Amino acid sequence: MGEGRHHDGKEKNKFEKVVESKEFKELMDRKKKFIVPLTIFFLVFYFALPILTSYTKILHQPAIGDITWVWIFALAQFIMTWTLVTIYMKKSAAFDMLAQKIVEEEVSKGGKEQ
Amino acid sequence: MNPTVIILFLLIVLSTLVVTYYAAKRTKTTSEFYTAGGGLTGWQNGLAIAGDYLSAASFLGIAGAIALTGFDGFFFSLGYLVAYLVVLFIVAEPLRNLGKYTLADMINSRFDAKKVRGVAAISTITIVIFYMIAQLVGAGALIQLLFNIDYWVAVLIVGVMMTIYVLFGGMTATSWVQIIKAVLLMAATVVISFIVLSKFNFNISTMFSEMKTATPLGEDYLNPGVKYKVPLDTLSLMTALVLGTAGLPHILMRFFTVRDAKTARSSVMWATWIVGVFYILTIFLGFGAAAFVGSDTIVAANSAGNMAAPLLAEVLGGDFLMSFISAVAFATILAVVAGLVLSGASAFAHDIYGQIIKKGKVTEKQQMYAAKYASVGVAILSILIALFAQNMNVAFLVSLAFCIAGSANLPVIIYTIYWKRFNTAGAVTAMLSGLISALVLVSMSPSVFSPVEGAAIFVGDPIFPLTNPAIVSVPLGFLGGLVGTVLSGKKDLTRFAEVKFRANTGFRKETK
Repeated sequence: MGEGRHHDGKEKNKFEKVVESKEFKELMDRKKKFIVPLTIFFLVFYFALPILTSYTKILHQPAIGDITWVWIFALAQFIMTWTLVTIYMKKSAAFDMLAQKIVEEEVSKGGKEQ
Repeated sequence: MNPTVIILFLLIVLSTLVVTYYAAKRTKTTSEFYTAGGGLTGWQNGLAIAGDYLSAASFLGIAGAIALTGFDGFFFSLGYLVAYLVVLFIVAEPLRNLGKYTLADMINSRFDAKKVRGVAAISTITIVIFYMIAQLVGAGALIQLLFNIDYWVAVLIVGVMMTIYVLFGGMTATSWVQIIKAVLLMAATVVISFIVLSKFNFNISTMFSEMKTATPLGEDYLNPGVKYKVPLDTLSLMTALVLGTAGLPHILMRFFTVRDAKTARSSVMWATWIVGVFYILTIFLGFGAAAFVGSDTIVAANSAGNMAAPLLAEVLGGDFLMSFISAVAFATILAVVAGLVLSGASAFAHDIYGQIIKKGKVTEKQQMYAAKYASVGVAILSILIALFAQNMNVAFLVSLAFCIAGSANLPVIIYTIYWKRFNTAGAVTAMLSGLISALVLVSMSPSVFSPVEGAAIFVGDPIFPLTNPAIVSVPLGFLGGLVGTVLSGKKDLTRFAEVKFRANTGFRKETK
């Protein structure tokens, strides 16, 4: 496939070109590597609690004094949520810089930004 | 009725009207009406999201559920909170980058098809109506109890207030009402939790030990399984809670009130911290009510436990605290219904009237009129339905709204942003299969049919066994989109390149 052309020879528009650029692909790649595993993680962690409490009694045992493990696990869900939000904020600041660069380059090539 | 309640009640009404007066001066264009001109900062929008989200069902419902069923009530807190990770990781930023006023705008950034917009608008309106009836019925019952006035008067008061905010102050007034409410609600919850904790000598371990004997449930109170005994039912409910939020129209609309994806992101961060702290504190509200009010008294006031928080306030702080909590509960309802009116109105006026009927050829003035007429229309319609729905179960309506949101809206949002092959037919089938399966399954569920007379709407055996169908209907929404896309076979990769680029960089649509 020739640069900037489809199989049928029609010229690609600027968006098709830019999404195939090395920089944009890198941005998508880094985003994917960050978002996909963490999303799977938090969903698994989240559903682990109701699954464990529905099918087993292992979280029904006391952990600290009379506080049972299920409350500790529930608290861990809160901590997980806040931690992931914080990590996301940090990480996405780096993505912003990358995205900004790509957009600036695109604008300098003549693409208008409204 | 005691005078403190009336004074606090009037103070809240007055301050929200002052806000509306100033907001009205700043609401001249359609963009200002629907999105406050996109001018909210991260923390403002974060507080407003929290204000929009912590509905009467959250505040009164969860406190009551924990008071009566212990850990099983806390499941709601967990689901409602973790849902924000779905919003932040998957939905918020692309939505801000692609949309203008509504969810349909965002989906239509990829598919310029009237039917896609139409179905998205219908799905939005359905969710808004169910959620709205739940809020109004809850509000009516609550105000009736608190202020000792008739149900219909209560519904009318809330209805008139919400119409005034939206009609005159648009999104600016709505946002500030939500911000004020969020601050009041947090303050009230922190104060009550502090007093509850002080009664246990500031020792959490002591609190748990005492809770073992404080309720008729004994030790079972501290473990799950009191209310949710069917594993699949519990998992289905948890699915609706965690996936529904990211499809709720009034929450999604809040992301259009900020400048860019970065601010959208920081508003989710603020919201997550605020609602997280709130949901942790629901433990103290629930435990406190169970220990100091007692389940008999709570059930006597309202069988669903909705009066647990106000009753706890009365026991701990006498008339004044009780009045304050009641006034906060009133503000809570006002803030949520105003947000709902606005998102329902945007679907009618912007999507159906402006884009489908008028094909986008509307003047600024026409759009503004349409938006205002639609707001009044949505308000009147909801008030009328609420007047007849007095005996509907509020928790059922809310969980249904979450279920439809997760089944009809979330799959299409995810496909639009991330799936290259997705097409117009797929968008329509994704939304319809999610919406229809949720509605049909609920209508055959134990919430609608029960062999015991009076336990549900109809007497009879439920055909579908789960109370909340999310575990079936959400996958059906995804499946519907997949099948529709593959069967139609059309592709538009050019448009996807643009959507992908804009969703990930915030690059705005080019003017041609």
